[in-house]
Amino acid sequence: MEVNVSNTADSVNRLIQEFAKLPGIGPKSAQRLTYHLLRAPKEQVLALAEAMESLKNNTRLCSACFNIADADFCPICRNNLRDITSICVVEQPQDILALEHSGIYKGLYHVLHGAISPTDGIGVNDIKIDELIERLKNAKVDEVILATNPTLEGEQTAMYISKIIAPIGIKVTRLARGLPFGTELEYADDVTLSRAIEGRQEFK
Amino acid sequence: MIYESLPVTQFRSGYTLNVNNMSEPRNYKTEAIIIKKTKLGEADRILTLYTPRLGKIQAVAKSIRQPKSKMSGHLELLTFSMVSLARGKNLATVTGSQTINSFLPIKNDLKLTAYALYVIELVNQFTGEHIEDHALFKLLLDVLEKLCSEKNRDMILRYFEVKLLDNVGYRPQLRQCVSCRAQLKPTINSFCPGAGGMLCPDCKHINHFCYPISVNAVKILRLLQGCNYNTISRLKINTELDLEIERLLRIYIKFLLEKEIKSVSWLDTIKKQAEKIQ
Repeated sequence: MEVNVSNTADSVNRLIQEFAKLPGIGPKSAQRLTYHLLRAPKEQVLALAEAMESLKNNTRLCSACFNIADADFCPICRNNLRDITSICVVEQPQDILALEHSGIYKGLYHVLHGAISPTDGIGVNDIKIDELIERLKNAKVDEVILATNPTLEGEQTAMYISKIIAPIGIKVTRLARGLPFGTELEYADDVTLSRAIEGRQEFK
Repeated sequence: MIYESLPVTQFRSGYTLNVNNMSEPRNYKTEAIIIKKTKLGEADRILTLYTPRLGKIQAVAKSIRQPKSKMSGHLELLTFSMVSLARGKNLATVTGSQTINSFLPIKNDLKLTAYALYVIELVNQFTGEHIEDHALFKLLLDVLEKLCSEKNRDMILRYFEVKLLDNVGYRPQLRQCVSCRAQLKPTINSFCPGAGGMLCPDCKHINHFCYPISVNAVKILRLLQGCNYNTISRLKINTELDLEIERLLRIYIKFLLEKEIKSVSWLDTIKKQAEKIQ
């Protein structure tokens, strides 16, 4: 996005242009951020710059689960207290944050970095499915939990993975698909309702 | 409010309405099949809808990616819904949605999903926005319904491809040679995508990009051009012939669109995997 600010100092101009490239930031927001930083204390600005630099220099993908890590293995894979016999398969690293926030899951993860989406040209080889299979063959895993999104792409990915895991003989489970908390039954769609009925449980 | 006043069933009886030369009302309702979705911003999506009276249209669905969205399930890909839209400056906004048919069998089956995604990608690629084509809408709806119920799925896909080409104006000429206009003899003729049809052995030198096609394949293609679902549900052909027709149609479609259909490679992956298991 080109922002016309030719009358301003070059350094200011440059930062505005860079900010304007970020998602959700338009020309005006870019200007506001730039002028805010211009007036902010020097330490704060340098801390931001350093944080951005280290984001790129010091992060990599965990060699086991492909989560974002700062060493060879991510904090979750390094943690000895986690249950190594269960792997939860998610689409994005952000999904781990959501699951961890709930605090209910104690096992390991595997990040696919996407979902199979044929109409966008994303196939099996574009996401980390082969790596998952390799991992399952080499490690002692009792259960794979498929936690891909309940969208068409996520469902397809889950179905595909469950099919190729079948010959290995590991138990595969899928996150329950039903009604989200705080919604009304009236607005639910057929797919959700049919799965909610199929997956109903005895009320305790 | 011309759309609102029309009963839902009326379009099935063949009613058509030319909307190209008048502006859309502020709020309107239409049946639609969701054929594409792209993410927009934090929680919105841009949907591409195929409708009976407005052709292909795009609309913004706000907050649809949040778990509490009331519309998300009604606006997933491969869903036939009644959609309420509000005209916007650029794109319309979806204000409400109710599923008519969610094609559950398709969504519960990996292979069927791949087939159906291929179908909607073809429709998306071959159509322009705001061009009404009721017959094409009917074809799309029918093929999705048939994929749910019929066993003869590969044949349904071939039927769809041939009928789609008819509809969008690329019906291949299969009865006579496109160069010398002579009736084709039952021998190995050639199919030439660039010429839009068959070339007889005498004329095949005029275009080097042509593919030999067996007599039986031509017969099946001709049959597909003229038949309906009842016929194809009874039609049984061997795998080799099916593969030949599939290959030719793919070549022709790729030539017309000047690009690969992306979902083809996924379709092939799934087919190969199914063969391996068998």
